[in-house]
Amino acid sequence: MTTPGSHLFKYAAPQKFYALAGRMWPWFAALSAALVAVGLWLAFFVAPIDAQQGQGYRIIFVHVPTSQMSMLIYLVMAGWAGVGLVFNTRLSGMMASALAPTGALFAFLSLVTGSLWGKPMWGAWWVWDARLTSELILLFLYLGFLALQSSIDDPRRADKACAVLALVGVVNVPVIYFSVTWWNTLHQGASVSLTRVPSMAAPMLWGMLTMVLAFWMYTVAAALARVRSIILERERHTEWVKHAVE
Amino acid sequence: MKAGQTRRVGTGAVLLAVLRRETALALRHKGEVLTPLVFFIVIASLFPLAVGPESNLLARMAPGVLWVSALLAAMLSLQRMFASDYADGSLEQMLLSPTPLALLVAAKALAHFVLSGLPLVLVAPVLGLQFGLGGQSLGILMLSLLLGTPTLSLIGGIGASLTLGVRGAGVLLSLLVLPLYIPVLIFGAGAVEADASGLGASGHLSVLAALLVLALFFAPLATTAALRISLE
Amino acid sequence: MQWNSLSEFLAMGGYAVYVWGSFGATALVMAAESLLIRRRRKAVQASLRAEPPFNSQQQP
Repeated sequence: MTTPGSHLFKYAAPQKFYALAGRMWPWFAALSAALVAVGLWLAFFVAPIDAQQGQGYRIIFVHVPTSQMSMLIYLVMAGWAGVGLVFNTRLSGMMASALAPTGALFAFLSLVTGSLWGKPMWGAWWVWDARLTSELILLFLYLGFLALQSSIDDPRRADKACAVLALVGVVNVPVIYFSVTWWNTLHQGASVSLTRVPSMAAPMLWGMLTMVLAFWMYTVAAALARVRSIILERERHTEWVKHAVE
Repeated sequence: MKAGQTRRVGTGAVLLAVLRRETALALRHKGEVLTPLVFFIVIASLFPLAVGPESNLLARMAPGVLWVSALLAAMLSLQRMFASDYADGSLEQMLLSPTPLALLVAAKALAHFVLSGLPLVLVAPVLGLQFGLGGQSLGILMLSLLLGTPTLSLIGGIGASLTLGVRGAGVLLSLLVLPLYIPVLIFGAGAVEADASGLGASGHLSVLAALLVLALFFAPLATTAALRISLE
Repeated sequence: MQWNSLSEFLAMGGYAVYVWGSFGATALVMAAESLLIRRRRKAVQASLRAEPPFNSQQQP
């Protein structure tokens, strides 16, 4: 009995996925580069100056993509974690591990670009607004994931433990965001949000969306490339790995 | 009861049995229970030393400082939840027992609250006096800690079970668990502040209660999964 | 084209440090990450090549 798409299940085997990922990641990298080029052109040469924030608002063309991706990656990691726990597949854990560093780096970049945006606009290198604070906590969640992974020697146990952690984290993220938003409005009253973007002219929106897509493609490329190394590391005692490296 | 029959034990009986066992074990190692409490007192006393004795400042800081100190102290004793049972093999027995593991885990977390959290609740008002908190604030402080520390124990159980037998488990546990503690911290300290500023703490306390209920449902599930993973 | 000169473009209306700092940091991190991924792959391949020949009787 073949259901449509059932032939895709063969890619759940690390050996098959290794080859597939090897063919796929250059395309995603190229796509990402092209989208970055278009996005940067839109960001600097099409999007006009902003009435309130001058040229400084252009930081959103990296700040928004990095924060969006940091959150999306965490969701996808948790998704892989769930799949891995339910179906007991090795590759799911490897995919989650491949995504985590990229997500953590984007969370970090989101904080850096957020600070660089905040300083000229609001006068301080760090403002405890809800979005930035939640992003900081998201970075902590990523760091916890990476720390747990590196401290457990057995890769299967590490994958499963991190899977539980990722799922617990993903359930907590809305709770954390709600709490931080509450805390923020309570203490700052009706203050402006750091991440309130200017009412968006169409070119601004297009530029931002292009950059988000560009970073998304980059993430896929990075994860596919990284998972190949992970597969080689984990499966090092199999025949096919021996031959793959010769 | 014939040989081979398993006796169905009621939830209440399980809770009592676990609580009695944990208390007996704790009494043999009183230091393990008292040290975090002393830590709570010492940490809370560090802040006035650091910022100066000005009473207005201290009174303003008190809810946050006391809550953070209590949170850190509660976290210190988390490893105790499973580590010694893991070491002597009784944890494996728990996995094999007919009693649902989630129930045992919840019972362990609640026992942890009774042995670690309740002492904090009882000592906090004394520290609150040091910070110049008024009578009603002290009451709200105790209530917020009473509602919050069980949640801390339940969430902490997830971290403790994930890091069983791992190198550097203590610090790793803190890193894993602290982000998850943040909502409890926000609403716990916020309750005392809200009461002090006249807004009323009922909203915050309700959220704390809701967080406790959520934790009661979900934390044992995650902890059970983590225990099975750690004991494979 | 909204920039009258290269120097105006680089100055970013006075926000140069912040705008170029942000884009620069992002580019730097992404480039560094790509390099790290490639380095990890090379390290794995090197360590696999350095291992003794595979013996199917060996315990992993």
